[in-house]
Amino acid sequence: MWLYEKKLQYPVNIKKPNYKLGAAILNQFGGPDGELAASLRYLSQRPSMPIPEAKAMLNDIGTEELAHFEMIQAMVHQLMKDEPIEKIAADGATSVYYTDHGRATWPGTGTGVPWTAAYIQSKGDPIADIYENMAAEQKARATYEYLIDLADDPDVIDPLRWLREREVVHFQRFGEIMNKLYEWKDSKKCF
Amino acid sequence: MMQGSRERLLNQIRAIEFTTLELNLFLNSHPDNQQALRDFNNGVRQLKALKNEYERRFGPLVNFGFGYSRCPWQWINEPWPWEADSNRGCY
Repeated sequence: MWLYEKKLQYPVNIKKPNYKLGAAILNQFGGPDGELAASLRYLSQRPSMPIPEAKAMLNDIGTEELAHFEMIQAMVHQLMKDEPIEKIAADGATSVYYTDHGRATWPGTGTGVPWTAAYIQSKGDPIADIYENMAAEQKARATYEYLIDLADDPDVIDPLRWLREREVVHFQRFGEIMNKLYEWKDSKKCF
Repeated sequence: MMQGSRERLLNQIRAIEFTTLELNLFLNSHPDNQQALRDFNNGVRQLKALKNEYERRFGPLVNFGFGYSRCPWQWINEPWPWEADSNRGCY
């Protein structure tokens, strides 16, 4: 089971509203390379793993991704909450998100594309799954770099940089699991 | 003042928990690394002490029976983590 710890993994404290930037960052909430996809991808794949190191890694990184999901939620919420309606209305793209979701955090993209399990794979083949995860970590790293390009507020850039670094660490850990899986395959004896 | 000391304590917990989380992931793929394991267990000890102090002063940090509450039920106390003022305060 899971427990909830009543704190963010890394603090988010945004003072200046920016609805449009919030809508862009929402893609890391419920978009194709976002934190929800990451978490559900890893947690879904757990039973397919043949070695204890891989089971533990998917379990724990899948859990950490939920903490990142919550950080993104905090960022989007704080960016959207106090934006004057005139500013939202003046932008065609953001007024479309506002029409459907107001200032809510919705698990989809800022342009209204809903989250879908089609973003992720759970193949039942440990090598295929871990390669998928390594690619996912690189795609999320690239997304954070694009978001950092779009952001101009240090209160936003700081947690984005921190989240980007987590993608790099997770990629490294999955790479180590990949090596262990190849060792496991090579050591398998057929009788 | 109250808010500032709560956030300072939370940041200490975050810092130690970040090291234990990192060491946990590292140990998942390096289960025989004795130095990492020593650092991990050392972090666990520090984290337990900090979380005990937090819960004694501010109520449960974890739901479902992993922390004591005074009356009235402290779990519903605001702010929640996604609210900006949960991370604000004078140090």
